[in-house]
Amino acid sequence: MKKILAIALVALLAAGFAFAGGSSEETQIVSTDGSTSMESVIGSLAEAFMNENPEISVTYNPTGSGSGITAVSEGRCDIGLASRALKAEEIESGLAETILALDGIAIIVNNANPVSDLTVEQIADIYTGKISNWAEVGGNDGPIVLIGREAGSGTRDGFESITGTEDLCQYRQELTSTGDVITTVSTNPNAIGYASLSAVSDNVKTVLVNGVAPSEETVLSGDYLIQRPFVMATRSGEALSDAAQKFFDYALSSEAAPIITGAGAVPLN
Amino acid sequence: MNVKKVKEDTIHFIFLILGLIAVGSVLVITIYLVISGLPAIREIGLVDFLFGTRWASTSAQPEYGILPFILTSIYGTAGAIVIGVPIGFFAAVYLAKMAPRKVCQVMELCIGVLAGIPSVVYGLVGMLILIPAIMAIFDVPDGASLLAAIVVLAVMILPSVINVSLTSLQAVPREYEEASLALGATWTETCFKVTVPAARSGIFTAIVLGIGRAIGEAMAVMMVAGNVANMPSLFQSVRFLTTAVASEMSYSSGLQRQALFSIALVLFFFIMLINATLLVIKKRSQSL
Repeated sequence: MKKILAIALVALLAAGFAFAGGSSEETQIVSTDGSTSMESVIGSLAEAFMNENPEISVTYNPTGSGSGITAVSEGRCDIGLASRALKAEEIESGLAETILALDGIAIIVNNANPVSDLTVEQIADIYTGKISNWAEVGGNDGPIVLIGREAGSGTRDGFESITGTEDLCQYRQELTSTGDVITTVSTNPNAIGYASLSAVSDNVKTVLVNGVAPSEETVLSGDYLIQRPFVMATRSGEALSDAAQKFFDYALSSEAAPIITGAGAVPLN
Repeated sequence: MNVKKVKEDTIHFIFLILGLIAVGSVLVITIYLVISGLPAIREIGLVDFLFGTRWASTSAQPEYGILPFILTSIYGTAGAIVIGVPIGFFAAVYLAKMAPRKVCQVMELCIGVLAGIPSVVYGLVGMLILIPAIMAIFDVPDGASLLAAIVVLAVMILPSVINVSLTSLQAVPREYEEASLALGATWTETCFKVTVPAARSGIFTAIVLGIGRAIGEAMAVMMVAGNVANMPSLFQSVRFLTTAVASEMSYSSGLQRQALFSIALVLFFFIMLINATLLVIKKRSQSL
């Protein structure tokens, strides 16, 4: 009896594999890989796109901007996602960039922190360690805990290049995703961090930068200074597959603009 | 007769192949690590690589010194052993020699569950409970630190320490204890002066296995240690050998990637050292 049951189970599993294999042959796959900051934008774009084109499946691998660029140049995905502009050597190596949207990098503190407005200079001084107590910027007495991202992150790259703090930041923690930064800041009253505006939730408080709150209008007008592009990177010598090209065009169409807005970023079209 | 022999030989052959899969995997991994790990060491220089105190793989002038990672791994593992082994060992003595049967059954069940918890869960619990607790207890600005990693690792090595010590304590012949009791020693005296020394080699094995488990752990440590390449200090955020590889591998390129393989090679060397120690202990206990 047990034997029969076991055989039946194995047969069922095998059938499952066969079925899964068969159905994936019919659907076309568009693989994207990269920035964890772009998760909500790509997630909602992919969902809307797949609703209209059920024969195409869009996958997204959240690995960080650097990984996404490496993946697309090595041919491991169709579209690489980067939350920073491509570097000159990356374009030379055969990649093309298309800006999908703009995103503000929100400076976040714990909800219990009374500080609500910082200048870009203050932020740079905080991250390089010149300012190390919240009392120096109008907060309660307490050491500032700097939370940042790992070295391959597009958010880190954007933040450090805008504030002019490349290689100078005295991080207390280097976390590997946008969500980890938000969680950590939300549990430590002395923490400050940076995260994609599109990902920030009520768990943390967003501070004004030079008196400007990050929003769609202030990012697009350029009044909010700490912002960076969301980029789709493709191999320049090589045409995208039909399915990937369709998704690529869809993401840049005016139809997709409200979806990008809904996900918290600022579409260009 | 002949048919039988062919059948036997075929079966032998199949089992040989299955055995060789394991051997082959070890060989492939070793050769691959050595080949991909050596170029960076040659380029950076062995001394600069092993004893350099600054790791800045992505800065404009990259530096590849992994002394902080090596020391962090050693201190972290040592700390976990110092906390975890006494707890695990005395728990094993209690379970083997003193606990009532019912208690023993329940505790063994719990230890089994502890062994089966995935490391990411240890990391998550550490991140949400241990880190704020360290912040509150020690009044430090941030709890993600070497200490947090040590506590998480100490709990993670408990099951293997307890299980191996337990087996070796249970294997001590009853006659030894009975002789001791007959001479007028109390039960506790017998436990610690007769049973424990007799189970010595098993207890060493437990310690070495614990070291192996602790030094190789990446996921849980990555979530609680803060991951900044500082020289180790108890309340500082630190990066282990394992997390150094794991956190940069996905986006690395060029010399940086090769250097990560070199880190893996160093880690591999440590693990080999631990396995060799284990073999020596086993040999010694057999010759006694």
